[in-house]
Amino acid sequence: MIVANRKPFEEIIEMLKPYSKILLLGCNECVTVCATGGAKEVSVLASEIRLFRQKEGQPVEIKELTLERNCDTEYVESLKPAINDYEVAISMACGCGIQFVGEHYRDKLVLPAVDTTFYGVAEEQGVWTERCQGCGACVLDKTLGICPVTRCAKSIFNGPCGGSQGGKCEVNKETPCAWQLIVDRYKEMNMLEKYLEIQPMKNWSTSRDGGPRKRVREDLKL
Amino acid sequence: MSTGSNLEKVLKSGAFAVTSECGPPRGADPEVVKKKGAFLKGYIDAVNVTDNQTSVARMSSLAGSLILKNMGFDPVMQMVCRDRNRIAIQSDILGAASLGVNNLLCLSGDHQSFGDHPGAKNVFDIDSMQLIQTVKRMRDEGKFISGDEVKGRPNIFIGCAENPFGDPFEIRAMRLAKKAAAGAEFVQTQCVFNVDKFEKWMEMVRDLGVHEKMYILAGITPYKSIGMANYMKKSVPGMDVPDEHIERLRSVPKEKVAEEGIAICLEIIERVKNIKGVAGIHIMAIEWEEKVAEIVKAAGLFPRPEI
Ligand code: SF4
Ligand code: SF4
Repeated sequence: MIVANRKPFEEIIEMLKPYSKILLLGCNECVTVCATGGAKEVSVLASEIRLFRQKEGQPVEIKELTLERNCDTEYVESLKPAINDYEVAISMACGCGIQFVGEHYRDKLVLPAVDTTFYGVAEEQGVWTERCQGCGACVLDKTLGICPVTRCAKSIFNGPCGGSQGGKCEVNKETPCAWQLIVDRYKEMNMLEKYLEIQPMKNWSTSRDGGPRKRVREDLKL
Repeated sequence: MSTGSNLEKVLKSGAFAVTSECGPPRGADPEVVKKKGAFLKGYIDAVNVTDNQTSVARMSSLAGSLILKNMGFDPVMQMVCRDRNRIAIQSDILGAASLGVNNLLCLSGDHQSFGDHPGAKNVFDIDSMQLIQTVKRMRDEGKFISGDEVKGRPNIFIGCAENPFGDPFEIRAMRLAKKAAAGAEFVQTQCVFNVDKFEKWMEMVRDLGVHEKMYILAGITPYKSIGMANYMKKSVPGMDVPDEHIERLRSVPKEKVAEEGIAICLEIIERVKNIKGVAGIHIMAIEWEEKVAEIVKAAGLFPRPEI
């Protein structure tokens, strides 16, 4: 899933300062699962803003609206009647959803209420960690299921670097060293001799370095 | 094929090599480099010039290498993958070679979060292993990574680093074997304090025959103070500082700590000199360059061979 964090309240309040009629958007997908921007979080944020602005003597009208998805034209278009009644929209969807709504309603600003962080998993209740950066050419077959691009702080392909100690990454004593995990996995699968193979340079053109990416499926087009 | 590297000549002659290093300053004053260099002159076979070490922005390793080259040193230019993509890397390799820098040390580089610009974007387009391959390919095949022809090959002696004290320990010798296979001709290790562990690592290195494929220089760092020993033990990832060393430093009067530090350092040198497969030492006297001469002399490694 895409994981996001709510922005600090002060930052949200600052962005909304000039407005008194606000559409607050949520999304039923990833940001709901990571408990950041679903209907529940939308309602909490709306109450906080109302209360704050009430106290400041600048009351606001907020409409809460959580779409099934913010990354699909079909759902985004369903905003049409509502959005025109508000001065501004602020969204708790991921960065994709925020932009996509903005693209559809060009006379409105769509502000971010969350910081979109990573593609990750829920390791345990309340803990999410990163797994993939969408590099566009997956090497998980070579590294036995552990992504060096994402989980090594240096994205190195022939690790571990000299800073790996006690299973942890040099950057943070809480973060597992990806290359320790990879070596452990080679051992687990009786494939340690594979470690001796030098991994070739990555062609980063399939990742963000190649510019914004696009995927077209002719068979699905209408 | 031989490069113009003095270090290579010394190693090939079978002499026990001594290298040290010089960290460029955080400013544009060449005199700082010259002053550090003056302490080392005559006592070492080659001098490493660090590349924005610990991710702190400094004068470039290429500029530092050139200043030292002009003083008559054989510089080992360090190059990290943190700050350059493959275009800049190849460009700097050619630039260094064109200015007569004959040795390159290929490193991943500390993460930028350790330095003074933690908000910097890191590059790591290629890693240290692939950097070794790149230099070798440019030199021996005359090819860029792209496959295009290099017109005027960089004649460079290829070095790398390895940390015998990093984890997981069991692959540390294999990792060096990979670097030798990639084309590294010498390695300078992380500072050796725990000699028992280093001996174990060397045994694994010999089992893989790596000591016959490349020259191994053991990293040596004298303790300057108890604070420094503690700092390295606790705060530098991948350092193995034995408690007994810290106890020894603590056991002497304050004014004798530095002397004790040098004594420990000399004992370590004596031990590593006798390990089969160790071809030299690399002295990293951090902000203590003035002690290198004393260490080299006391270790019986002076004068340096003239080849
Ligand atoms: S290799 Fe690329 S696609 Fe595969 S998990 Fe890592 S970042 Fe994602
Ligand atoms: S310690 Fe491990 S995860 Fe961290 S940068 Fe080094 S190899 Fe990568």
